[in-house]
Amino acid sequence: MTETPAETPSVRILVVEDDAPIRRFLKIALASGGYDSLEADRGRAGIELAATSAPDCVVLDLGLPDMDGKAVIAAIRGWSRVPILVLSVRDAEGEKIAALDAGADDYVTKPFATGELLARLRALLRNRLDRAAEPAEQVIGPLSVNFANRAVRMAGREVKLTRKEFDVLALLARHPGRLIAHRQFLTTVWGPAHADDTHYLRIAIGHIRDKLGDEAADPRLIITEPGVGYRLAEA
Amino acid sequence: MASTADERPAPEAFLEEARTEARQRGGPGRLKVFLGAAPGVGKTFAMIGEARARQRAGVDVVVALVETHGRAETAGLLGPLEQLPRRMVEYRGQTLSELDLDALLARRPQLALIDEFAHTNAPGSRHPKRWQDVLEVLDAGIDVTTTLNIQHIESLNDIVARITGVKVAETVPDQVLQRADDIELIDLPPEELIKRLKEGKVYVPHQVGRALDNFFSRGNLTALRELALRTAASRVDAEMLAYMQANAVRGPWPTEERLLVCVNEAPVAKALVRAGKRMAERARIPWIVATVLTPRHEAMPAGARAATMDALRLAETLGAETTTLHAESDVVAELLHYARARNVSRVVVGRARSRASWRDRLVFLFREHVADRLLDEATDFEVTVVTAHGRPARRGAGRAHLLEPDWRGYALAVAAIAVASLAAWPIAMWDAIPGGAISAIYLTAVLVVGARHGLAASLVATALGSMAYNFFYTEPYYTLAVSNPEDIVSILVFLVGAVFTGTLAGRLKAQVETVRAAQRRTETLYDFARKIAAAGNSDDVLWAGAYHIAATLDCQSLILMPDAAGTLEQVQGHPTIEELDAGAEGAARWAFEKNEPAGSGTATLPMSEWLFVPLAAGERALGVIGVRFRDRSRGLDPETRRLLLAVEDQVAVAIERARLAEELADARVSAESERLRGALLNSVSHDLRTPLATVIGTVSTLAEGEAGTLNAADRRELVLTALDEARRLDRYVQNLLDMTRLGHGALSPKRAPVELGEIVGRVRSDLARILAGHRVEVAIPRDLPMLDVDPVLIGQALTNVLENAAKYAPPGTTILLSARAEGGEAAITVADQGPGIPEGERERVFDLFHRVTQGDARPAGTGLGLAIVRGLVEAHGGRVKAQAGAGGRGAAITLRLPLAATPLDDGA
Repeated sequence: MTETPAETPSVRILVVEDDAPIRRFLKIALASGGYDSLEADRGRAGIELAATSAPDCVVLDLGLPDMDGKAVIAAIRGWSRVPILVLSVRDAEGEKIAALDAGADDYVTKPFATGELLARLRALLRNRLDRAAEPAEQVIGPLSVNFANRAVRMAGREVKLTRKEFDVLALLARHPGRLIAHRQFLTTVWGPAHADDTHYLRIAIGHIRDKLGDEAADPRLIITEPGVGYRLAEA
Repeated sequence: MASTADERPAPEAFLEEARTEARQRGGPGRLKVFLGAAPGVGKTFAMIGEARARQRAGVDVVVALVETHGRAETAGLLGPLEQLPRRMVEYRGQTLSELDLDALLARRPQLALIDEFAHTNAPGSRHPKRWQDVLEVLDAGIDVTTTLNIQHIESLNDIVARITGVKVAETVPDQVLQRADDIELIDLPPEELIKRLKEGKVYVPHQVGRALDNFFSRGNLTALRELALRTAASRVDAEMLAYMQANAVRGPWPTEERLLVCVNEAPVAKALVRAGKRMAERARIPWIVATVLTPRHEAMPAGARAATMDALRLAETLGAETTTLHAESDVVAELLHYARARNVSRVVVGRARSRASWRDRLVFLFREHVADRLLDEATDFEVTVVTAHGRPARRGAGRAHLLEPDWRGYALAVAAIAVASLAAWPIAMWDAIPGGAISAIYLTAVLVVGARHGLAASLVATALGSMAYNFFYTEPYYTLAVSNPEDIVSILVFLVGAVFTGTLAGRLKAQVETVRAAQRRTETLYDFARKIAAAGNSDDVLWAGAYHIAATLDCQSLILMPDAAGTLEQVQGHPTIEELDAGAEGAARWAFEKNEPAGSGTATLPMSEWLFVPLAAGERALGVIGVRFRDRSRGLDPETRRLLLAVEDQVAVAIERARLAEELADARVSAESERLRGALLNSVSHDLRTPLATVIGTVSTLAEGEAGTLNAADRRELVLTALDEARRLDRYVQNLLDMTRLGHGALSPKRAPVELGEIVGRVRSDLARILAGHRVEVAIPRDLPMLDVDPVLIGQALTNVLENAAKYAPPGTTILLSARAEGGEAAITVADQGPGIPEGERERVFDLFHRVTQGDARPAGTGLGLAIVRGLVEAHGGRVKAQAGAGGRGAAITLRLPLAATPLDDGA
């Protein structure tokens, strides 16, 4: 996938982050990626800006001095579906999951490389931009997933998947590069009653990996975010 | 008013010198006693006069208590001196005024005047005697002057009584008087004293009262004056001797000889003690008062034992060493053995002058008098026999137990004789057996009764037996008359034999009882020693202590110890701790602060029900032990006190030991944490700074290299270096955080079934750059069950292990990560081809801040990595181990982690 954001001018990213050096380098990094940025150093100011300037995406630091990051997410979700990318420190898996549950779309762990951040943003924005016309088929490297006739091919060979396995892979393939949380898989594929049966998901992922010839220990397609979810590699 | 001081200039000078030294050292206060032969000689007057002179010399003087007895001249003399208000005490409707000890201690003058040294305080005062108040004042570092008449000196008390016919109850122990730094004799010729008496200038103490004329007779006063002069003179000698001894001046005094006074429950005991005191004093040798306990004493009523104990207590107040010896039967041998062991040269024993009662005489048939035997056997000692003056009022007290009714014993006596009579019947019918056999049967019965129930019962059996013998088996039969002379001899022989047999058997029984009692005591002490040695911490020791004191001494026990603020608190009690009244609390505090026993049976607060002894280990008291006996007199029994002290000693040692052990453990912990803190500081300063130095260095190069001096490749190289170092820093901080959380136990793994491959995949992608120089092979069997672990934490553990392998193994070598299921666990091994870990280091590499010392100068690790691996793995209930790699090459670190149960429902 080589589409560049430059083709869609004036994509605005709202950065809500209290630390000035991080804001400064984010501004440069975002500009280098071709994005405009808006900045807020407090949660309240961030919510106001989100409401008044209609950003295309929000990058939100969870550790804000004036209010809890999750409250900011909840406030924005009160009226907007704008993608939210959370910045969080390591070892706060609980925080990350809570933020995802509150309505965040993905996260990046501090300290992070700007490349990683830009990739996440791209995944989130692509989804938003592509919403109008969902492709019938998604191709990621050697993998192609045809949503219409539920067919999966790996390096040209057809791969037989069960219904659930296909649903899981389809969910990943619709949003390449984007994190899909356990809960999201389970409620979408197995139904809300199975929101906590993570072993269903784990087994299904295991089978899909086997069939695609992907290895958990050296993943090229399905990447594990331990304790949180999975994402499909981009290209 | 001649002071004897005039006649001894040389020693006085020496002593003054020594005292000046003592004062400079800030020791206890000095005691000066104005000694008089009789009331009215002017002691108080002299004391005040001297005090005024001292005050003029700038000394801070307070009159703590002076009796003017309404004499104007005395009161006038007191005028310019500061007087301390007295303490008013209500006692039986009377108001008594006493010395206000606490006020005096609070006032802290340099010199306090306290009149009438021998005064007895009102009941309920802290000390029963004023001389005890004075000692406390002296201990507080305050000088005291006081007054005393010689009839109040303990060892002179009965001599004065003999001279004057008036005995005073208020006495001061000689030991206390010996503590006086100065004794000034106030002398007044008898004529002048009588003149003053007639002029009404003498206050007559109530004890003298009726005997006034008798007391103040010219002859008495002369005798008393002589006694007083002699006392003062002997004091001079004693001071001189003490000084010469202290300064190692060779002198003519006898060395190490001792005087032994033997006392028992006989009324002569106290007179013996006083006589012994005078003899020892005259000979200037230490003296010992001993009593020997035999089986007889074990069975004695408390009253008889108390008489012995009274004598021993008197001896203690007179300055003797006291001891209680034990003997099976041979009192004399025990005394002589002790005397030889202690280098005793003189022995003092007593003997009742009065005629012995029939009962005494009966007993003396079998037990020769101690005094007589001592005279025979103690040929290498100088033996003095003292005869009692008074009537032996309590003559029988000691032996009353012999005939105490023992109804079971008498019943057995009757039964035994009845059985013997029956048993003898067939023998009597058989003419072939001589009549002596019958008496043997009766003798057996007496022996049995004596052995079971002691002497009294055996005597009853003897009487009954001789009657039964006479009645049934001598002609004429069934009468008490005897016709055959042979039978008369038989009965007499039986009587004599029975009395001896019974006595021996009775004594045997008493001995057995003593041995049992001693054995019980020993067992209890031994048991206690064992229990207390096993007690691990102070709490256990205290509990064992309280319990065993109560069990051993048959009393209630308490242990009090100071809390953090220094207030004494009850920490243990048996059967329970309880509220102490003010008196008991005061006694406990006193015992703790002064490191001396207090309360019941002691000189301090004796009205209290409780006796407190300090728990002293070395110089300081750790706390106090309190005991309360149901029978209060038991608290006075020296045997009980000795046992209490023995137990107290054991408890104190055990507490000290437990405390030391705890302190040692604390010290070890704090030393360990000190070491860790040091290592952490080292690690932080080194491992944080090194990557920062690189980051700052490279980035500043980039910042300053704008002028195109750097080509694109250099730029890229610098940027990547900075990035690597920054990431290294990040991992290090992560390790520090993990370690902190492990240390606080704040790390709670969120366990879930997880595939090992997923964790490895994540770790490899995180470490991609670090591992780039090595070949990484992963061998995880496809059928390896899921792990039951927190994927993030175990990911961190694997990150550290792999990073470690990459750091030590040379580039280009292979790092193999393999796993297998083994007994419900997954064994995950990371093997490298580096230098390996020396065998002795394999356990220690998992210690915090431990680094394997390397021969070359490779940058060592942080010393955190593997310690965190162990912490993380153990938090999952797993284990971690270091071994040599395959073929003995390289290092292999194996993590053992729990496997998850396989879910049945896969939802597919």
